[in-house]
Amino acid sequence: MKSILIKNGRIIDPSQDLDQPGNLLIENGKITGLCEATVTADEIIDATGLIVSPGFIDLHVSLCEPGFEEDETIESGTAAALAGGVTSLGCLPNTSPVVDDRSSAEFILLQAERAANCHVYPLGAITKNQEGKELAEIGQLVAGKAVGFTDADRPIDNAQIMRCALEYTRMFDRPILNRPQVAELTDKGQMHEGFHSTVLGLKGIPAAAEEIMVNRDIALAELTQGRIHLMCISTQNSVSQIRRAKATGIHVTADVTPLHLTLTDQMLENYDPNFKVLPPLRTQEHIDALIVGLKDGTIDAICSDHTPHAAEKKTDEILGADFGIIGLETLLPVCLQSLITPGHLSWLELISKLTVGPAQILGLEKGTLAEGADADITLINPDIRYILEPTMLKSSSHNTPFLGKELQGRAEVVIVSGEIRFRAEN
Amino acid sequence: MNIDHEYRTDISSGWNRKHILGLQDLSRDELNIILNQASEFKRLAAIGETKLTPLAGTVVANLFFEPSTRTRISFGLAAKRLSADTVDFSASGSSLSKGESFVDTAKTIEAMGVSYVVVRHKTPGAPQLLAQHLDANILNAGDGTHEHPTQALLDIFTIREHFGKIEGLTVTLVGDILHSRVARSNIWGLKKLGAHVIVCGPTTLIPSEISKLGVEVSSNLDDVLPRTDCLNLLRIQFERQRGHYFPSIREYAHLFGMNKQRINKAKENVLILAPGPINRGVEITPDVADGPHSIILGQVSNGLIIRMACLYLLHLQRTASLGTPG
Repeated sequence: MKSILIKNGRIIDPSQDLDQPGNLLIENGKITGLCEATVTADEIIDATGLIVSPGFIDLHVSLCEPGFEEDETIESGTAAALAGGVTSLGCLPNTSPVVDDRSSAEFILLQAERAANCHVYPLGAITKNQEGKELAEIGQLVAGKAVGFTDADRPIDNAQIMRCALEYTRMFDRPILNRPQVAELTDKGQMHEGFHSTVLGLKGIPAAAEEIMVNRDIALAELTQGRIHLMCISTQNSVSQIRRAKATGIHVTADVTPLHLTLTDQMLENYDPNFKVLPPLRTQEHIDALIVGLKDGTIDAICSDHTPHAAEKKTDEILGADFGIIGLETLLPVCLQSLITPGHLSWLELISKLTVGPAQILGLEKGTLAEGADADITLINPDIRYILEPTMLKSSSHNTPFLGKELQGRAEVVIVSGEIRFRAEN
Repeated sequence: MNIDHEYRTDISSGWNRKHILGLQDLSRDELNIILNQASEFKRLAAIGETKLTPLAGTVVANLFFEPSTRTRISFGLAAKRLSADTVDFSASGSSLSKGESFVDTAKTIEAMGVSYVVVRHKTPGAPQLLAQHLDANILNAGDGTHEHPTQALLDIFTIREHFGKIEGLTVTLVGDILHSRVARSNIWGLKKLGAHVIVCGPTTLIPSEISKLGVEVSSNLDDVLPRTDCLNLLRIQFERQRGHYFPSIREYAHLFGMNKQRINKAKENVLILAPGPINRGVEITPDVADGPHSIILGQVSNGLIIRMACLYLLHLQRTASLGTPG
């Protein structure tokens, strides 16, 4: 395997608290370390003006295969991941059939290997067929290399099932990922409940729908000593509850999407289904609380929550449209817009949420540029500006509100296991 | 007899809006133009001029994706009174049940030479969507729980006719505000024309943050009744009870139903409206519904001329934008 020298970059590695100019050498798929610019290598990348970061890790992504190939395949989804600077991702089990047994997990790994884009880590279902009734074969799924458990977009309604899941996974030291939403309060809801839902005549989803289940999950994590990870946190009270729980030593972690740090419920005023997401876009005061939560460590990770839908599923009528948008390829620019440009986070802090944070949650030995680590590296161009066109997207689906919008920042070069797997065009 | 020049008066000057999607968008002046145009049509009807010709040769499509009899008939008749040809499309539930998207369905019908599309749909924002994709002028006949502009306009027209003004009146909307498109449109229209608006109903059926629209919120009808000039009794849908929004129809009638005792607490000349169809004995007792304060059937007649006025104004905009004399 050839050696690569990345020259003259700004090397940012939160795992080593590193932010300095320098040169990085890769040999045999591993990171050799910082070096002089004069070192010889098979390939030299000039990283002048670029940030050299550990490859991003996306905690949970819908790759839709098998069963929903019209939305995305493992090949197209991992290509989109690479284009977004993501070198490792957790693959949600919300496929058909559901990833609730060992062979399903192994199928994901096989397809990912064939695609040869980024690393894919299967997340197994918590319950059989994601029905929330009986535990899936969690031990078998662990044997099939599942790194965590989740029923994806279906919250675990039954508190007893959740208790058992948290207790059972303790045997394997794997996290439970839950999307906290109380079904009775989200039923038929289309957007955040508040002033704008009132004006638009769309049924609202109150912030309490999330906060009630956050509270329950924290209580169950305390009871069981299991590891709960709360997906896509979106409200002020959720942040406060998680902060308090962490202070008392409960094993709770949380992520947030860039969308929920950037956009408000007002964006729905034209009934564009591309703003219809779960949890719904909230108000500015919730966004402000999420940013404080990121800054003080209450929220551990930023996650794209990539949810592809073929055009016919994001129908023109908002009531008929599915929830969710694609996020892998806009992960970096939207974070830059909402967190770096306004000065909320430093690059070191942001990259930490995209690397060290998610690696710790999923228990991956990833997200570092330390000597001997796997050479998964993202070279970031922080200054480039461009209009996002559909032809730029590697994802099969185009359900994003950022199409046609000006974005800043992108992944310029992405290296996976010491191989250059992606270079931005132009 | 063609009395074209008589109804095409200065009333409509200042109108250049392509669609009527909701009263949130319309200015006070635009609201007055519609109301005045409706007055003119009402005057003409009173002297026997019921068949006018401005829309002769044009096609109005009534696209009803949600069941409705009264509104559909009213729009159909309004178009015919203006000599338009009409096509009707009715589909229950979502257009997706046939696999074709809503916009595709509308585009197909538009391709048959339709200039004006009246649309009712269960999805809020459906008329806005058509306005983006069609060349036709769009008239919203009710979109889910969002707006129902012509119903609100006919309510406002009826109130203005009765009191001679809107400014300074106190209008109380009673009932299920949460799910009511009629309430939303009424609030925008009445506030713009200077009324004080009270929304009154069970707390479970008052949407969050509605007071930011500048309305007073109450859950006690007896408290607000003595200072109310006009009551608009929204229809209660029985399925709401199964949704646990309130305990029983009987209790709703007890707390919010308009009956003889409550009439005695109201202002002497209180006006009672109901968008209908009314549930006798629930929102309103029969003696009140048929009594001197009620103007429910008058609203229905006014609905026809309001819809004529809306179609006519859209026609004026269309002909002006096409560069031909209206």
